[in-house]
Amino acid sequence: MIKHEGKENYTALRDVLSRKAKKIFSFSGWKAAPVTQEEFWALKDIDFDIESGDRVGIIGRNGAGKSTLLKILSRITEPTNGSIKIKGRIASLLEVGTGFHPELSGRENIFLNGAILGMSRNEIKKHFDAIVDFAEVEKFLDTPVKRYSSGMYVRLAFAVAAHLEPEILIVDEVLAVGDAQFQKKCLGKMEDVSKNDGRTILFVSHNMGVVSQLCTSAILLNKGTIDFNGTVSSVVDKYLRNQSYTNEYIHNKEAIGVKPNYIESIKIKNETGDYVSSFSFDQHIIIEFICQIKNYTPDLLIGIGMQDKTNSRVFTVVKGIDYFIDTKSNFLRGELKLPSSLFAPNVYSFVFAIWTKMGVIHDVAENVCVISIHDNGTSLAAFEGADYGSVIINPIWKSC
Amino acid sequence: MSQNIDKQESWDLILKAGSSEKNYWKDLWRFRELFYILSWRDIKVRYKQTVLGAAWSIIRPLLTTIVFTVVFNKIAKLQNPGNAPYALMVFAGMLPWQFFSNALSESSNSLIGNANLITKVYFPRMIIPASSVITSMVDFAISFLILVAMCCWYQYLPSWHIIFLPVFILIAFFCAFGVGLYLTAVNVKYRDFRYIIPFIIQFGLYITPVGFSSSVVGERWKFLYSLNPMVGVIDGFRWCILGDNMSLSSFLISLTTTILFLILGLFYFRKMEKTFADNI
Repeated sequence: MIKHEGKENYTALRDVLSRKAKKIFSFSGWKAAPVTQEEFWALKDIDFDIESGDRVGIIGRNGAGKSTLLKILSRITEPTNGSIKIKGRIASLLEVGTGFHPELSGRENIFLNGAILGMSRNEIKKHFDAIVDFAEVEKFLDTPVKRYSSGMYVRLAFAVAAHLEPEILIVDEVLAVGDAQFQKKCLGKMEDVSKNDGRTILFVSHNMGVVSQLCTSAILLNKGTIDFNGTVSSVVDKYLRNQSYTNEYIHNKEAIGVKPNYIESIKIKNETGDYVSSFSFDQHIIIEFICQIKNYTPDLLIGIGMQDKTNSRVFTVVKGIDYFIDTKSNFLRGELKLPSSLFAPNVYSFVFAIWTKMGVIHDVAENVCVISIHDNGTSLAAFEGADYGSVIINPIWKSC
Repeated sequence: MSQNIDKQESWDLILKAGSSEKNYWKDLWRFRELFYILSWRDIKVRYKQTVLGAAWSIIRPLLTTIVFTVVFNKIAKLQNPGNAPYALMVFAGMLPWQFFSNALSESSNSLIGNANLITKVYFPRMIIPASSVITSMVDFAISFLILVAMCCWYQYLPSWHIIFLPVFILIAFFCAFGVGLYLTAVNVKYRDFRYIIPFIIQFGLYITPVGFSSSVVGERWKFLYSLNPMVGVIDGFRWCILGDNMSLSSFLISLTTTILFLILGLFYFRKMEKTFADNI
């Protein structure tokens, strides 16, 4: 079973008493450390409208205020300022198993959890069979859930939540729990709920692939304010761009020594010419390289390879130097544009080499220019981060 | 544009600072189903995986009654001013006291025990301590059966006053609820309060007329003694069941403290409620 351990951040009476005591004595010379108070706004100047039927992703770095926003929307904390107007019933899809009691049977827990999620007894009764079906726990309905396997437990918990019928559903990264198979099932159910029943969904996640796949629009939060608000792809792009850092390769003068032919620099950019290190799945990756060729021979080759995070080669391409070289200068400049929508979302690095057909290596740069490709809604989005290969292809299926 | 929407549509819910204050009592009614189900859960869990199950709520008061009868009646030679057997008098006091002490210890730990709900779901928090008081009510109902059995054993017929018993049960309920509300709210903020609660209960047993009758208390101490809200309840129980004399003045004093505790509990709980999710 999954249990969430809460943080222990309570005050003990003895601390308060000792602080008070210190205050009393502070006039007599021993200065107690002053208790400093700092004003902190978890959210400020947030203003947005969500229409009925929208599926909105809320993204942002840790501490951007995502969870606070959801807490306010689900009424757990009150805003200090401002107001939120809601039409329709609102419910949160909780961390799996919140409110389950291990001693109670599956049947009893369905009623208990349903009531906690805001369903009435009649509603639960109406959906009872559907819930049991979805969770596939028929045989164990009268067994205490503490004897359930973790899989059964998660299925039952999600089944109850999935049959909730609020007009507005709040989902806070619950999908992080469970195996990929189950995540896929949950995603499917959520899509179904919002597309077919016109339910409004607010979805908080770090998983850009899932957000892109599920949501129609998104809100990017940064330090408690709205950074950007728009279609899901534009917001995800912006979020990824913000995360980027330059990752160019520049030759090291001392290491190069007296090499006549060497790699001067390698830079990675996108189609608009920005030097970045994160790309979304459907963006082209452009490798820009400059080499010094002081000792030209016609059999020189330029080779570029891409490696995945386990350093296995994904592809290698080579090109004869004559394609680039301007005989009058010692410089070689070139670009390599990789196809978009091919490489699976993951982290990759590059290998760059100048060598001859005979196998003599003039210069090599290994494991340089680390980039990450992010999922923005591929068919495998639910598995983001899992190892499902280095490329995503669109083969032709046929049922025979 | 948003003003247009305001005019056209009526909102179901407007959240802003202080908005929960206004809707609180309405919400309490709206969430009554959750209240039933949480009480039902607590009762169910209480008797699951116990060998003797409900028998515990019979054995505990019965054994304590025997001990108290031996200590106070046989050893200390205290006498019951009325005509009922001493053991019956002790049990008539033990019944509300057990309820009060159970309800108090259950409710004062209730919020912390349900921390995962409080940080995740909205509902009027008062439901949780209230449902634990209700759970203790079930224990009380079971223990009540022993009283019936004891009356049969001693062939003692209760007086007609017994029709007023529900009034005193209600007072005991509100007394436990009021004090419980206060303690559970403090307990969220200062965790060392959980060590104080067993002490309060133990101390309370000595200043409450469980093993003895109120008539042994001297006139000088009567006022101070009656400030204990359970004095009024226990005297009331004995008046109802045994037909003992009850001093009206001391009952009124106890009733006043009960009401004060209830108001204090409600007030403090409501004040602290907003911070529960952050502090727990």
